[in-house]
Amino acid sequence: MERERGNRGGVGVLERVREETQQLRVRLREELEELKQDLREPQRTQLWKSIFRVPHERTTPRNRAIAVLANVFLHLHPARINRDAVRYSYTWGMGGISFYLFIVLTFTGVLLMFYYHPTKVQAFRDILYLEHDVPFGRLLRNMHRWAAHLMVITVWLHMFRVVLTGSYKRPREFNWCVGVILLVLTLLLSFTGYLLPDDQLGFWAVTVGTNMARATPLIGHEGPFGPQLGMTPYNDVRFALLGGSIVDSNALLRAYIWHCIALPLLAAIFMGVHFWRVRKDGGISGPAPVMLESEMRPVRKV
Amino acid sequence: MDWYQLWQIISAPDNVPIVGLLVIVPFYTWYGLRQARANDRLIQELEANPELAKTHHRKTFPYKPGWPTEVHVWPYLLRIEFLAAIIVTALLMVWSLTLDAPLEEPANPNLTPNPSKAPWYFVGLQEMLVYFDPWFAGVVLPTLIIIGLMAFPYVDENPLGNGYYTWRQRTVAIGAFLVGFYLWIALIIVGTLMRGPGWMLFWPGQTWDHTRLVYEVNRNLPDIFGITSDWGKGIFGFFAVLLFYLVSGFGIHKLVTRSPLNRKIYERTSLIQYLVFQFFAITILVGLPAKILLRLLFRIKYVWITPWFNI
Ligand code: HEM
Repeated sequence: MERERGNRGGVGVLERVREETQQLRVRLREELEELKQDLREPQRTQLWKSIFRVPHERTTPRNRAIAVLANVFLHLHPARINRDAVRYSYTWGMGGISFYLFIVLTFTGVLLMFYYHPTKVQAFRDILYLEHDVPFGRLLRNMHRWAAHLMVITVWLHMFRVVLTGSYKRPREFNWCVGVILLVLTLLLSFTGYLLPDDQLGFWAVTVGTNMARATPLIGHEGPFGPQLGMTPYNDVRFALLGGSIVDSNALLRAYIWHCIALPLLAAIFMGVHFWRVRKDGGISGPAPVMLESEMRPVRKV
Repeated sequence: MDWYQLWQIISAPDNVPIVGLLVIVPFYTWYGLRQARANDRLIQELEANPELAKTHHRKTFPYKPGWPTEVHVWPYLLRIEFLAAIIVTALLMVWSLTLDAPLEEPANPNLTPNPSKAPWYFVGLQEMLVYFDPWFAGVVLPTLIIIGLMAFPYVDENPLGNGYYTWRQRTVAIGAFLVGFYLWIALIIVGTLMRGPGWMLFWPGQTWDHTRLVYEVNRNLPDIFGITSDWGKGIFGFFAVLLFYLVSGFGIHKLVTRSPLNRKIYERTSLIQYLVFQFFAITILVGLPAKILLRLLFRIKYVWITPWFNI
């Protein structure tokens, strides 16, 4: 080896360099070719396969099913459903739209949180800042507000649909109750958010709302049997809600924490339960074949 | 007709959802009941023809033997969900670009706006404050509504109409819900569109007159009967309320046992279920409108007066 190299001298080195670059070039071309192939068919790549555990050709029934079941975001769905349940006319899509609005609200809400301080000094100015200086700040605030209003409406319509289709009946009674809790949480989320801009609108709406808490029976200082039980403006349920006897900085902070942390968390948990139960109760209730009066089974023995 | 006043109210950005409700709720009622009618027709046909009932696929949707009864979620459901998300996003985007969220002056505890209103979805409760004391309108009533809603599935012993639209098979359940739902929405609409300064009633399009005085003296029911002692008022009120519960309970009972089907359902219902149903139906579905009418027609404020609470 030594000798051979020595014999060739300077020319030999040049020769070798040329030879090896030639080889490198061929290899590079081959690999580029392969890369092009990969780009054309990304599903062959290691990267793809590491992300998606199963092949995603959706043309075979098996793969269509797996595509849904093996995906963490889609697995709340069954693989297949009642052929008529996909009709808009049955569910009105209102549950799904409510959920989507909740996601929109979470997303825009987190962005709003970057600009908002829950303090009496800053809150109102932050809203002005959002509206006038933050790029797309006004759009952001508007979207959060209107999505919240819309969600209240879609949740009501969802409940209305569930009633009209009798979907609360056995075995879905409990899920209906979970739904009622979600309804309450939705309204409370909206209500706690109303105070946060710290403007006249929110301040007085929340004042009106929480003034009613004074009159809570037993635990409000103006409610039936409240005074008899030692309730005063400084220890009753309204005081607990506001963190004081008036709507002030503590109330703002409490509303903020309920609105941004506690209530969304609760709502997310109950939504998880709600969706889980939809599946466990046998999927969407219908459209089911109609049942006839003549087929009613006799009275259940008590 | 003060169009400007009307426009001021309905164009307030936070009131837009209410104007929307005026359209959306009737639309979806129609949309649901239309399907209910179609199913009811099918049910009638099948009841009349037991042979057909054995072979029919029992839906109003097209179906041929051999068609699969299920479809894949991917793509048949997911594409709809995707489309819905896009439409909702587009709608929100347009709404947010064209209409700004309200922002008024900084909060000022010394400057009470008149009227000061709750957010629109709670205006119904605020409207109830006209007819009831706060402990009832603001606390007990919402609690009863929540509990009543939760109890709903547990008192409805009707096995029919599970998973399809129908009206004839479920007149009581749907009727009861509709009354409550519409009442709630009607109260919101009245509270938003028809309540001006001092929470006085102004018709839509009537100018809000801040100096208007109402020379209306509200009376209490015991006063009309000339009862003056505290004990007398308490006892009188108790019996008046009891009488109201008995009479409305009887009326509701007549109503829900009128048709043969409803009688059959009634027979399946246990006593406790029935009493719970009656309690909520009387208190919320009959009691609220009754008290509203008492006030509006006879200017009656309280029916039952005690040292601790008044109703
Ligand atoms: C944050 C609020 C809510 C969300 C995100 C939500 C979401 C959903 C979704 C996605 C479904 C699947 C079917 C559909 O889209 O219609 C569903 C079903 C259901 N929901 Fe809700 N829901 C909410 C509130 C409610 C309320 C207020 C009720 C009733 C008081 C309710 C009762 C039910 C019931 C009983 C089902 C089963 C219906 C069936 O099987 O046909 N939900 N919900």
